[in-house]
This record gives sequence, C-alpha cells and structure tokens, in this order.
Amino acid sequence: MKYKNPFEHLINPGHTACPGCGQLIAARHVIDACGKNTIIANATGCLEVTTSKHPTTSWKVPWIHSVFENPSAVATGILSALKTKGLDKKVHVLAQGGDGSTFDIGFGLISGMWERQDNILYVCYDTEVYSNTGYQASGATPHDAFTRTSWPGKKSMGNIYFKKNMAAIALAHRLPYVATTTSGHIEDIKRKVKKALEFEGPKFIHILTPCIPGWGVNDNMAIDLGKLAQKTGFFPVLEYVNGELVNAMKVPQETPPVQEYLEHHVRFKHLFQDPKGKEEIKVLQDICNHNIAKYNLK
Amino acid sequence: MKKNNKQILEGSHAVAEVIKQIKPAVISAYPITPQTHIVEDLERIKAEGEADFEYIRAESEFAAASIVLGASATGVRTYCATCSQGLLLMTEVLFNIAGLRLPVVITCANRAVSSPINIWNDQQDSVTVRDSGLLQLYGETNQEVVDLHILAYKLAESILLPVMINMDGFVMTHTYEPVEIPAETLIKKYLPNYVPPKDIILDVNNPRSLGTFAAPDRYMEIRQELFDDAAAALSQIKKLNLEFKKVFGRSLGDNGLIEEYKIKDADIILVAMGSVCGTIKDVIDELRAKKIKAGLLKVISFRPFPDEEIIKSLAKAKYIGVIDKSISMGTEGILASDIKRACYGKIKVPIKSFIVGLGGRDVTKKMIEKIIKEVKDKKNGLHFVGQ
Repeated sequence: MKYKNPFEHLINPGHTACPGCGQLIAARHVIDACGKNTIIANATGCLEVTTSKHPTTSWKVPWIHSVFENPSAVATGILSALKTKGLDKKVHVLAQGGDGSTFDIGFGLISGMWERQDNILYVCYDTEVYSNTGYQASGATPHDAFTRTSWPGKKSMGNIYFKKNMAAIALAHRLPYVATTTSGHIEDIKRKVKKALEFEGPKFIHILTPCIPGWGVNDNMAIDLGKLAQKTGFFPVLEYVNGELVNAMKVPQETPPVQEYLEHHVRFKHLFQDPKGKEEIKVLQDICNHNIAKYNLK
Repeated sequence: MKKNNKQILEGSHAVAEVIKQIKPAVISAYPITPQTHIVEDLERIKAEGEADFEYIRAESEFAAASIVLGASATGVRTYCATCSQGLLLMTEVLFNIAGLRLPVVITCANRAVSSPINIWNDQQDSVTVRDSGLLQLYGETNQEVVDLHILAYKLAESILLPVMINMDGFVMTHTYEPVEIPAETLIKKYLPNYVPPKDIILDVNNPRSLGTFAAPDRYMEIRQELFDDAAAALSQIKKLNLEFKKVFGRSLGDNGLIEEYKIKDADIILVAMGSVCGTIKDVIDELRAKKIKAGLLKVISFRPFPDEEIIKSLAKAKYIGVIDKSISMGTEGILASDIKRACYGKIKVPIKSFIVGLGGRDVTKKMIEKIIKEVKDKKNGLHFVGQ
C-alpha cells in the first residue's frame, strides 16, 4: 500500500478516537474507496462522536448524523432527494454504524431500507460491543465474551448468547452484494467497497473492527487481530454476489486454534483462568470448525 | 359575484389535495388510523401521475420521520403525516429534526394514546411532543387546516423549523365539508419553490457535517438559539398571515395565532384548540340569546405560544375556563397549564381546567353549557366533563 499524506484522506486526522482504533482505520479506507462524491449518513457511536465535535469535523465529504437507529432511513431520504435533483446516479450514498446500531437498535430500519432495494451501501463497523457507552454486550458480542453487561463470575462464563449472522440476514433480503471483512484486511476493504458500488441496489459490508479498550487488547493489535479472527475461522471473510458465495478467504492449512485469537483479549481472559473455561473454548472452537466447513475455508 | 370554488371534500382528501399543490419533492409515511386516508390519497395521486413527488413507503413512523429528515437535509421540500402511537414513536426524530433546523411539515390527525388502545380523537398525542421544537398549529375546520398547511410551509422554510398541523382525527379527517383548495398558481405566488440555505445541506460540492456533537461548552447556546427562533416565529406567523390574506382573501383566525369569538363584552371566556371550537361557538350563540355573555378564545398557535395576544384577549374576563382534550397526569389540562403560565401576574381571575373528549368521547353542546355553568362555581380545580 502506498503511503498517503494524512490530509489526503477523506477523514482528516485530529479526530479523538483511541490510538489504534480498528473502526477508524476501516472507516477511513471505506470513505477513501467511495470517493468524494459520497454523502454519508452516520449512526450515533464512536465513529460519530470522535469525528464531529462541534465546531470541528474530520469529514471532507457531506456527512449527517441524526440518531442511533436511523442512518439507513436517513440515507433513504438523502437518496430520494438526490433522485428529485437528478443526482442519484452521480453521488454515492453511504450509511454506516457500529454493531449496536446495526445488529440491535437500528435493525428494523435497515430491513426496511433493504426491502425497498434502495441504492445505498451500508457498512457496519463491528466492535462486538457497545464501545461508546463503555463496553456493554450487543447482538454482535461473541459467546462467552466479558462485557460490562455480561460479566463472568461464579455463575457465569460471560455472554450467554451467540453472535447474530448479519450477512445471512442481509442475504435473506435479496441484496445484490454482501461481504464481510476485517480491519486486518485493508486491501480487501477497499476492493469490496469499490466492488459493492458497481451494483445498483442495497449493499452490505460487515467489517470486524477491534475495539482496543473494549476488547482489552494492545493498541497495536487492530490489524493483527482482524487477521487472526479470519485465520482461526472465528470470523469468516466472505463475498456474495446476487446471493451466491463468490469468495471465501481461506484459512491456513495449519489452522491456528481459537486460543491463539482469544489469548490476546482481556474479554476472554476468564476462559483461561476458570477451570470451566476449557469447555467454553471448545464451544468457540466448534464455531470456528463449523465456519470452516460451512464456507469451505480450507 | 365572487366565484365560489368550494368542493365538498373529506378532510383527509382536502389535505392530500393541498399537499399535491404545494409540491413537496419527497413524502414518506407509515399508515395509522385516522391518518391513513391522507397517505392513501397521496399514493393514489402519485400512481395516477397527478404529481411527481418521491413517495417512500416506510416500515415505521420512526423511519418515515428519518426519511423526511434525510431528504430535507439534502435540500428539498418534504411532507409526512401521522398521529398517536406513530407520533410518539417519532418523538426522538422530531427533536432531532428541530435541532437540525429542517423545515419539515407534518400533519397530525389527532388521536388518543394507548393504553387502553383507542383510535378515536383527542389531542394527547401532539401536546405530548410540545417541547420538541416542532411548531404546532391547530385547525378548527377543514378549510382552516388546508390553509394552515400552505402557511406552514412558508413558515417552516422562512425560519428553518419544522411545523406540525393538527386536525382532529375522524372529527375532521373523516368529515366532509365545503373546502376550497387554492389553485397551484395562487399557492406558488404565496409559496415559491423551496430554495434551501446553501451551507446547511448535504452537497458534494460544498461538504458540511450536520448533526455534530456539542459538548457542554457549546450545547447550551445552540439550544438557546433554537428557543429564540421558535419564539420569533410568533411575529413571523402574524406577518405570513397578513400575506396570506392578501393572496387568498382569508385570514387564519384573527392573526394566525388566535381567534377571538364574541369576547369583547364576555364575562365568561372559554379557551380551546381544534374542532371543539365549532361546538363552543354554537353554544355561545345560543346562550347569547339568553343574555349569557360568553365568548371563546381559540388558540391556533400552540407552539410558539402567543402569550401577549392571549393576555390581551382574556384581560376583561370574569371567569376563564380552559378546555383540553388531553391531560398531564397529576396536574391538569396541558393548554390550561400554559394559559395559567402566560397569565401569571397579569390576569387575576381564576382559570379552571376542563377535560373533555378523551378517546373520542363526543363533546356535546350540553357539556359545553355545563362547563359554562361550572366555570362560575367558586370551587377551583380540575373538572372532567364526560357526560
């Protein structure tokens, strides 16, 4: 990748995200790949708060934040206004939010946007936790993870629920383009965004983006953990065109066990300390094995 | 002889027809009784090719409000309609639309709020969102509602605040009345095409960030500015009403804010909003024949609240009764509270709160007569008048 002067990106430096934030890295490459003829509708969350402190902004494209649950519907409004101005073929509409907005509170509105087949790219930056409010569990939180609302303890091994499969839900809406990737795969992010924009209709890209304080990981880990999540099969990196799986990023033949991913996170620390943790790690390994088999990742 | 252009129209149809003439670029809504006829008509108008607005079928009122928000932020004229549960579901977005200074116009077909679930008329829905920054105007007749929509767009677009027009559900939305829908050319004369201010819209040639986050050092001044502009809407409504009179030959009440009915010599003045004013006027006429000096102060503009005009109108009253189709639990009628606040220190006579018509209970002439009797009763306090 060629080095780019920080001021040449469409997100200016000077935002207040944590050092090493996976979401900001991904978001910067998403908007750079979309280009300056893009209007963004952004959900409430870290990405919004850290880039738009009044009276400053990091965004060099037109950008709007309304509330937590509605970037999808706001994007529909933007698109419909562009249609009446004859600009809908010239300007991309990008809606984006975190996992809380996408998996939970904004879920119904996203389904509405997809049902309408609106020509909008929706990108979810998945930190697997409500980062902005201080790390509470969301519908994207992995099984067993410690969050401030899924404490491990004498009677708990962390999150009792399992992560929703958003890509599958997107596919059920007949989207022409659905893809997953991680902040460890920058070139893949850029390629997928550009590919998505070739399709007329709703597009969904789900990007796993490590949250440094929320996951309890070192601030130089956002890239590596994205890669490890993929290599272990814990987070499959996929690409669907018109409902068909056209690309699945292979895991190494010598697939690293899920422990190699989990051991970097404070949120999974209890699995290595509690004697019952071994059983739970098996459950998580089963998820990886299932993904590897299901998507033929080897 | 003046040409009469009146048609006999259902209230909802009249609203749809005037919206067609006002030409919003983007409409979005979600069905809820008794708003449905408005949005059904607009969908049909679009299907018949009578208008070329974008009609976006939303999957909830929350989405509908968000869609018109996005469209308005992209610089086009928008329209939305709802009521009751739908309005409450929109509430978060309504505050946001006002804070973003977007000139969205919404019709509320006033309806009761659950629980118990009830689809009939009262005004609990709209008064509950009174603090959102959404300006609120109430019509008494379907003609007034039609006219208020025209004025609302001019108001919203001139001061960059959203406006909601309230019409009583069923009582007005499903009632046929003679209504004149002004010709498109006349409307255009009063309300030219919307030209949004350059620096507050989403435009790739002039990128701006809207809806940014304001810390304690900034937030308060921004909210105060919103307050100041909402309050300044009072004089703007008066001005726009004068212009309205010039173009259409009609006034909205006396000045766009209130309407006085036989109050110059009235001992008893009732204060009310919406369709119940028609019934009150009939009762006043009948009582006047019996030498009972009663009058009505109709409030058209509920937000902003015309304190000055109200104090002036009520100055000579001996007895004041405020009629609400809503209530703030644990206090009294919501309009009554506002009237008392406005009159504090200025009007010495007691002001009584009467609750009528909740959940579509018919408000009869007998009830109004009863209120006029009870308003003179020395006992103060809140009165529910259901029979």
